[in-house]
Amino acid sequence: MKILMKGNEAIAEAALRAGCECFFGYPITPQTELLQYMAKKLLKSGGVFIQAESEVGAINMAYGASSCGKRVMTSSSGPGISLKQEGISYLAGAQLPCVIVNIMRGGPGLGNINAAQSDYLQATKGGGHGDYKVIVLAPSSVQEAVELTMKAFDLADKYRNPVMILGDGMLGQMMEVVEFDENYQPQKVEKPWAVTGDRNREKRVTNSLYIVPEELEKHNFMLMEKYKKIKENEVMVEEYLTDDARVIFVSFGMCARIVKSAVNRLRQAGEKVGLVRPITLWPFPENELKRYASKEEVEFFIDIEMNLGQMLEDVKLSVEGKKEIHFYGRTGGIVPTIQEVVDFYYSLKK
Amino acid sequence: MVFKRPECLTKESMHYCPGCGHGIIHRLIAEVIDEDYKESKIIGVAPVGCAVFIYDYFNFDFVAAAHGRATAAATGVKRCIPDALVFSYQGDGDIAAIGTSEVIHAATRGENFTAIFVNNGVYAMTGGQMAPTTIPGQVTVSSPYGRDPKVQGYHIKLCEMLVPLDGVAFVARTSIHNLKNIEFTKKAIKRAFEVQMNNEGFSIIEVLSNCPTNWGLPPCESMKRIENEVLKYYSIGIFKDKGRGI
Repeated sequence: MKILMKGNEAIAEAALRAGCECFFGYPITPQTELLQYMAKKLLKSGGVFIQAESEVGAINMAYGASSCGKRVMTSSSGPGISLKQEGISYLAGAQLPCVIVNIMRGGPGLGNINAAQSDYLQATKGGGHGDYKVIVLAPSSVQEAVELTMKAFDLADKYRNPVMILGDGMLGQMMEVVEFDENYQPQKVEKPWAVTGDRNREKRVTNSLYIVPEELEKHNFMLMEKYKKIKENEVMVEEYLTDDARVIFVSFGMCARIVKSAVNRLRQAGEKVGLVRPITLWPFPENELKRYASKEEVEFFIDIEMNLGQMLEDVKLSVEGKKEIHFYGRTGGIVPTIQEVVDFYYSLKK
Repeated sequence: MVFKRPECLTKESMHYCPGCGHGIIHRLIAEVIDEDYKESKIIGVAPVGCAVFIYDYFNFDFVAAAHGRATAAATGVKRCIPDALVFSYQGDGDIAAIGTSEVIHAATRGENFTAIFVNNGVYAMTGGQMAPTTIPGQVTVSSPYGRDPKVQGYHIKLCEMLVPLDGVAFVARTSIHNLKNIEFTKKAIKRAFEVQMNNEGFSIIEVLSNCPTNWGLPPCESMKRIENEVLKYYSIGIFKDKGRGI
């Protein structure tokens, strides 16, 4: 059945269908409806819902609940995610699964509450202290947000790692038609590490402290191996009209949807352009971009973002200097228009 | 009666400095658990600070939290496993400085777990800096001329702050400077756990403890300092026991 839902609420509903038992959050625009939806549903269904005293409180409650083997979610927006970074580092260090939703707003500082992609670097490069990685999924529609949220819980459990859904204010606030798979059954994962308090077995401890340098190094190498596996197995990317493309646009999230419309318009005008949309921002689809960079007919790349080029570094690393990359971005909560993208393309062709 | 090691303590040798109060307080918790909760589910929440390795000394499950966040982590734990006995174990820097917000709100929500708050008046693990609980006049490495309330403000009295909160069921401040008070501390832990298991709300025991290393005193002298100096600023007793009308 197709229903009309606001992005934030659709993500919340998807999480519940994926078996999310606990939600800890703190109101911040433009993600607050997610928290409100969880309050309404979880308080009635016997789940755990707490509106925490702060984002710091929320992420650490999530840490405690995840330690007990529950499916756990927390959500926020830029400034709140900054506060959660300490907890995210601990979750990663203790190898605890948790789904974290970041409905981005404009930054830095208090910025504003408009649609922006200002947290790409914070999300993909760590954010907190230490050598760790968070799986980052970037939906470009409410329907995709639903699907990726469900997948996020499975990935978090599979790899015992935090997974972030990275959307922007537009995704959180817009209403779109979504469809839920009524036959979907959440995965049940054994968690032999979970702290349950039972006394008739060996004790269990969730912890990220390795005071002996050799042990911490061993732990970090082990995490690195895990991240390598994630890179090998979990990259998701949409390649749109790229087979014969001479110019490759790269864009993610809602911004990529605008670029897709621009690609359609340019194609109608006979321009051979295509779009590569990373769906996983970490792991980044390096190999896919590398492939296009090696193609003779590809002239150059255009990176379009709702920031000042935070993904650009990853695009550059993937293209390895083989082709030129141009960047166009709007920041401060301004969304680029289709026409702006088209005009930028023509300005480069001159 | 044979005096022996409590069953829920592991055989691990503790890392604490000679004469430190943590060993006594660990033992008291272990005795209460052995006596009253032999078969119960138990989950401890470990702090950052001197007691960071507490999970090595007990043979039940632990969640090791970030600095100051133990009461938030314990909230998540207890809400998920409501039939477990859950306690956080935190020093004064942990619970009364960086974790003030978390403890006040866990208490306000009436979270059904017990916080065991060990107050030795210094940040001991990092080398004896001033804590929020450092008493006026006390010399530490970061209040080298003695804590002057006009400069560094006053010491925090967390128990007194928590008493008026509706979610709080049990508040006691105890000490371990002599046998009588060690016994009293055990009784308070016993009662706090009982209050928790009766689902009455948040319970906290502040235990006045010593830090011979950072106070620069021999262990016996450090116990005397609690009696002669610390008790002037921190009164001991049961401040609140909702179930018993206190």
